[in-house]
Amino acid sequence: MRNGEIVTAGILALFSLYLMWKSTELPVGYIAGQGPGGGAWPFWLSLIMLLCCGMIAFNWWRGTSPPSQSTEPVLDAHGWRMLIMVGGGIVVFVGLVNIISMYGAVAVFLLYYVKYLGRHGWGLSLALALITPLVFFFFFEGAMRITMPTGMPFTDPVFDILYEIIY
Amino acid sequence: MDILALLADGMLLALQPLNLTMIVIGVSVGLLIGAMPGLGSVNGVAILLPVTFLVPPNSAIIFLAAIYYGAMYGGAISSVTLGIPGASTAVATTFDGRPLARQGRASLALVTAALASFVGGTIANMLFTLFAPALASVALSFGPPEVFALMLLAFATFVGLGGDDIPKTIFSICFGLVLGAVGFDQISGAPRLVLFEMNGFLQGIGFLVLAIGVYGIGEMLWTIEQSRGEVSKTTPKMTVKGMAADAKEATKRGWKGTFVGSFLGFFVGVLPAAGATPGSLMSYGVAKMISRKPETFGQGNPDGVAAPEAANNSASTGSMLPMLTLGIPGSPTTAILLGGMVIWGLVPGPRLFVDETEFVWGLIGSFYVSNAAAVLINLAFIPLFIWMLRMPFTVLAPMIFVLSIVGGYAATRDMFDIWLMVIFGIGAFFLRKFDYPLAPAVLAIVLGPIAEPTLRQSLLLSSGDPSIFFTRPIAGPITVIALILIFLPAFKLLRRRRTADQV
Repeated sequence: MRNGEIVTAGILALFSLYLMWKSTELPVGYIAGQGPGGGAWPFWLSLIMLLCCGMIAFNWWRGTSPPSQSTEPVLDAHGWRMLIMVGGGIVVFVGLVNIISMYGAVAVFLLYYVKYLGRHGWGLSLALALITPLVFFFFFEGAMRITMPTGMPFTDPVFDILYEIIY
Repeated sequence: MDILALLADGMLLALQPLNLTMIVIGVSVGLLIGAMPGLGSVNGVAILLPVTFLVPPNSAIIFLAAIYYGAMYGGAISSVTLGIPGASTAVATTFDGRPLARQGRASLALVTAALASFVGGTIANMLFTLFAPALASVALSFGPPEVFALMLLAFATFVGLGGDDIPKTIFSICFGLVLGAVGFDQISGAPRLVLFEMNGFLQGIGFLVLAIGVYGIGEMLWTIEQSRGEVSKTTPKMTVKGMAADAKEATKRGWKGTFVGSFLGFFVGVLPAAGATPGSLMSYGVAKMISRKPETFGQGNPDGVAAPEAANNSASTGSMLPMLTLGIPGSPTTAILLGGMVIWGLVPGPRLFVDETEFVWGLIGSFYVSNAAAVLINLAFIPLFIWMLRMPFTVLAPMIFVLSIVGGYAATRDMFDIWLMVIFGIGAFFLRKFDYPLAPAVLAIVLGPIAEPTLRQSLLLSSGDPSIFFTRPIAGPITVIALILIFLPAFKLLRRRRTADQV
């Protein structure tokens, strides 16, 4: 944790510097008759962020913050496994939206999580994976008139049937 | 007496069968929309506005006001049960509502939220009835320096009262403010902070993208990692007797927050451009400030649920005031209501109270009836929300992830925002590991777009002289209080050192 805290502070300090540099694309000072320039607000805030990173590093050096006193790793084997299985699952879920539609991606993600990670039976897993996207479809597309991504053209036959029901 | 007679007429109008039906449907729909992460009162009112052309204007505005009320109650549901603020108005409810749910006391949190909302709504209705025109003129005297001072106070309550690491809290606030500045410069219209030259940033970063990322994804990842796959199920129980006991406890432990939220929320709601979100956040801060045990806030203090919930309901009524009396909407939802009124041929403004007496008092009467209907419908649904929490965590967790992604898309309609949400979620998970408080960033991204233009307009007014925030009669005291709160941790540290030296 101790190393992790200073590395995080360093990354955030670099990001603050980047934000300061990006802010200077617009004037950061006071323009007579116009007030503060468009870049002033984010520039000075990013500078405060940078100073805060300095203070975080100072506290780390003094060892006053709880993470700077900890010798535990940021993530142990279980933590990394969880991040890859769950976080990775979410990334794949979002990646699938433009391929098999939002509803298809919801079904696949639920099946993966409930059956594989949750170790529930096939009955519950399939029921959740099939009923949830259908309920979402009728709520969002039917009741709220909000269209979700339908994915690539091969999903059209399924959506033709569903749209026929609600329109 | 005149007012009471007019109010009685208005309530009778609201209780007519058609209007009462509209209220019950509106509140139920609003509750459902408000409870859905990503959708709030503004979505409900905007989506259902065309439906109102089927009924007379009186019933139409009553229906929309009922949706508004229902959504305000509903926002607390996802904050407590899922830990995701469904709308910006319910962010502060998450701070203590979620810890209570984790302790198996979700019913206490939901009952507190419902009762506080009811009291907040009722007090606001009474203030509205009695002081509508007078308050509208006070609100008009708030210029950019006063509004900026209020925003500063909202941030200061987080810095001065947070038990967290101060540099990390300030970093979090500034980070949220900078994220709120991404997109276009509001004044010159020039593109600003288009990060890594990605065009998706041109449309800015919405509050929901950060809030759902932090609470819907980051918080869930953190819970799964901390629990090491064995989430202790709190299995909250729900009985009529239990609910009565919760109501008693909510009254005993949440009255102070309710009181603060009801009055502060109403006044902040009245201010044009402020609305329910700053109202609820400031009420949370003030409730914490006056509490004898401020350290219990954030760990499941009913006052921490009551204050923002009373405030967001109170502010909803308050924001109707400038809309009706001056024609200035106090929030995005009232802006849509204003549009509806114009379409129905009504002209909001001072003449409305004279020319359309029946309409105005019918609407005010419907506020009282909607508020009563909302608390009853909400309390009746609490067992259903509690049942949701009894689901196995391995079912609840993927449902929350799915709701976050689908709800987030419904609100933004952009896959770029969904990717951003995932990145924020994973980033929030790591920052949480290193004790960075993330609530201030969520608060800041909401208030940033209000704070920045008011700061720039104020400095333009004073030709760049910052003393404008100290010399004006309303802005001055607020700024001084905010600065005291900001420097409070430094004073405390100095005092502690001096005491240590003496010892």
